[in-house]
Amino acid sequence: MLLELERATVRFGGRAVLDGVDLAVAEHEVVCVLGPSGSGKSTLLRAVAGLQPLDAGRVVLDGRDQAGVPAHRRELGLMFQDHQLFPQRDVGGNVAFGLRMHGTPKRQQEERVRELLDLVGLPGAARRAVAALSGGEQQRVALARALAPRPRLLMLDEPLGQLDRSLRERLVVELRELFGRLGTTVLAVTHDQGEAFALADRVVVMRDGRIAQSGSPLEVWQRPADAFVARFLGFDNVVEASVVEEAADTPWGKVPVPAGSPQGTRTLLVRPAGVRLVGVDEGLRCTVAARTFKGTHVAVHLQPEDAPRLEAACALRRAPEVGETVGVAFDPSEIIVLH
Amino acid sequence: MVLPVAFFGVFFAYPVAAIVSRGLNVDGAWQFGRLWDVLGQSDIRHVLWFTTWQALASTALTLLLALPAAYVFARFAFPGKQVLRAVVTVPFVLPTVVVGTAFLALVGRGGLLDELWGVRLDTTVWAILLAHVFFNYAVVVRTVGGLWAQLDPRQEEAARMLGASPLRAWRQVTLPALAPAVAAATLMVFLFTFTSFGVVQILGGPTFSTLEVEIYRQTSEIFDLSTAAVLTLVQFVAVAAILAVHAWTVRRRETALRLVDASVTARRPRGAGQWALLAGVLVTVVVLLLLPLAVLVQRSLDAPDFAYYRALTSDDGNVFLVPPIEAIGNSLEYAVAATVIAVVIGGLAAAALTRRDAGRFVRGFDALLMLPLGVSAVTVGFGFLIALDEPPLDLRATWILVPLAQALVGVPFVVRTMLPVLRAVDVRLREAAAVLGASPWRVWREVDLPMVRRALLVAAGFAFAVSLGEFGATVFIARPDNPTLPVAVARLLGRAGELNYGQAMALSTILMLVCAVALLVLERLRTDRTGEF
Repeated sequence: MLLELERATVRFGGRAVLDGVDLAVAEHEVVCVLGPSGSGKSTLLRAVAGLQPLDAGRVVLDGRDQAGVPAHRRELGLMFQDHQLFPQRDVGGNVAFGLRMHGTPKRQQEERVRELLDLVGLPGAARRAVAALSGGEQQRVALARALAPRPRLLMLDEPLGQLDRSLRERLVVELRELFGRLGTTVLAVTHDQGEAFALADRVVVMRDGRIAQSGSPLEVWQRPADAFVARFLGFDNVVEASVVEEAADTPWGKVPVPAGSPQGTRTLLVRPAGVRLVGVDEGLRCTVAARTFKGTHVAVHLQPEDAPRLEAACALRRAPEVGETVGVAFDPSEIIVLH
Repeated sequence: MVLPVAFFGVFFAYPVAAIVSRGLNVDGAWQFGRLWDVLGQSDIRHVLWFTTWQALASTALTLLLALPAAYVFARFAFPGKQVLRAVVTVPFVLPTVVVGTAFLALVGRGGLLDELWGVRLDTTVWAILLAHVFFNYAVVVRTVGGLWAQLDPRQEEAARMLGASPLRAWRQVTLPALAPAVAAATLMVFLFTFTSFGVVQILGGPTFSTLEVEIYRQTSEIFDLSTAAVLTLVQFVAVAAILAVHAWTVRRRETALRLVDASVTARRPRGAGQWALLAGVLVTVVVLLLLPLAVLVQRSLDAPDFAYYRALTSDDGNVFLVPPIEAIGNSLEYAVAATVIAVVIGGLAAAALTRRDAGRFVRGFDALLMLPLGVSAVTVGFGFLIALDEPPLDLRATWILVPLAQALVGVPFVVRTMLPVLRAVDVRLREAAAVLGASPWRVWREVDLPMVRRALLVAAGFAFAVSLGEFGATVFIARPDNPTLPVAVARLLGRAGELNYGQAMALSTILMLVCAVALLVLERLRTDRTGEF
């Protein structure tokens, strides 16, 4: 393992921001830590970088405990949330900074700067002022600067947080390709699940300083570990239910569940696609409270008489109007009983 | 951190303590009873009363005249604004001796008003009050106006949209945001006027005396050290209290305000009212700030063939052992040395204060650094003579004594100028450099230094101007054959005769020019993030 965190703990005034976190990152792996703001994910990066001392536990890099090793001797790369380019240096000066710190000869510095600016798609930008760069260009320069000294591990803190949506989607693809080609080991943190799923080989969901779930993007998306992860991924149809064989007793009535689901009192997740609209008398009676257009489908918010709201995904043409009364049936293949 | 603490310990705390103990410790027994004896004397109580009320009156008058100017500078765009801003600041860096002399030339015996209308104010308190306004006008304009210019006008607009009248919006939105800056400026003006020395010494005559002047009189004329020691303690307590309140308001001012670039908030005045306000401020600046300086220059030229200036170069019939012109060279040398000391000590202190892991002790040092601004310079000067004349610190005979005393007053300015800039350097910029492999020292050189270089120059300029004008301490420790400019001016004024008076005017003019040039150079370097003076 390239990086191992063992029971890493950081407390700010009694509150544990990192609470006994165990995490391992293998060489060439791209790991994305996903969590809401305040979940401790930035502190995790800072602890690995050596910018934040641990109160307990260890950070191990290449089998060596990093306790007492200052940030500038860890040979890591960190791309800051808002880039933190040095304003008084030009693009080339920023990219070459780490090389200078490591005493790279001048000629090699220049060569490496050119190589990296080509790599991030800014050829010939070395003499430009950083203040004159757009947000996307700054992001590229920050990436080039972090990569230049060939860090053992590249860390990204909300790498695309401040960019607009279309740029973000394009850059995620570029980053993914680039890391694949260079074989870079990456530890990124973000609050954006789309970003995490697009970028990572493995996603780690954090909550209140602890790891709530870890797995491939597909695993996490298909089988959220608990109600928190499910809600954080944007699923709202989450309720307590008591499961007996292939049926669950929920506030929405009897709901079918897949064969082999865990039994007893559980948390039930119904994906919006599993909420089917049927005739008024054929299922649970609901009033349409709101509908939002989602591009490929319409999210319809349904209010049953005395149960929590349900979200259904409807085809564009068949979505009912607000105020209509509809019936709801459930599709067991889109229903998951959480552990 | 160690060096600044040691510096202040040896060259500030030790001399002050030495002189206090010399005054109050007789044969190894502390005579704290002297405290009540001295404070019971009616003339001393009179001094205390006068010190306090003239400081209050000066402060009120300064606010009254300078707050409109703060508004005009913050919100109006007009041609010549940059120049005017520099002009307004010149008086603040002028030596108190020059200010006193200039007002003497304006309202004193044989002064301009005396010649024109037979009006003399130098025997009234008005001369002192006006000189204090002259001196501190810039403190209010810069501290309050600087913040005002950066307040987002859209905040007021938001209040207007919610139904507030213009006055109401100002009172509810702008005033609360401005209040800490006004409070801080008020306290600084009060501090400067409370401890005023040069101005009162020259304009006060025998009638008016502040604590600082009285300390000087008691030490150097009556040689009553115990009374001086008591007065020093009284002033020390008062100044410490003022600074404590000041530190508190500064901390409140640093609370999150939404600030915008100052250059986008100013616009051309609209309507008769705003033009009248602008005109009023311009007239005030001309009458109050420019006229005294103009009269000073005119008086210095009031003899054929630059006679007063030429007299400065001759050494016959003089009050000094050397031609007065040599004071210029002395002053410049001392000021340069003092500037170097102040920048090194102040820079180190500011760097230590910026560290995020700075503990309570270090943060307390922040307020302590301001003390030399208020503690009796006279005491420091005399304390130097008493405390630093025996081994291991026998410095009395060396030239370094004067720059050391002057640096004490320069350090607070350096710290105040550097701190906001250093604090404005994003911590994560330093972290970015560290992660890229820069050691802490390298981080400072590569990240901090390039960003604070200008502030460092501005700080050096202030320290230079302040050292050049330092009077209270220098008057004690400058040797008779090596007077500085302010000391020479004061001695010339103390002599009768037209030639001496004219020479004082001429030397003051030279001193003013040096300070003004230093300031104008600074003004070109200044960014809007360079501190509160």
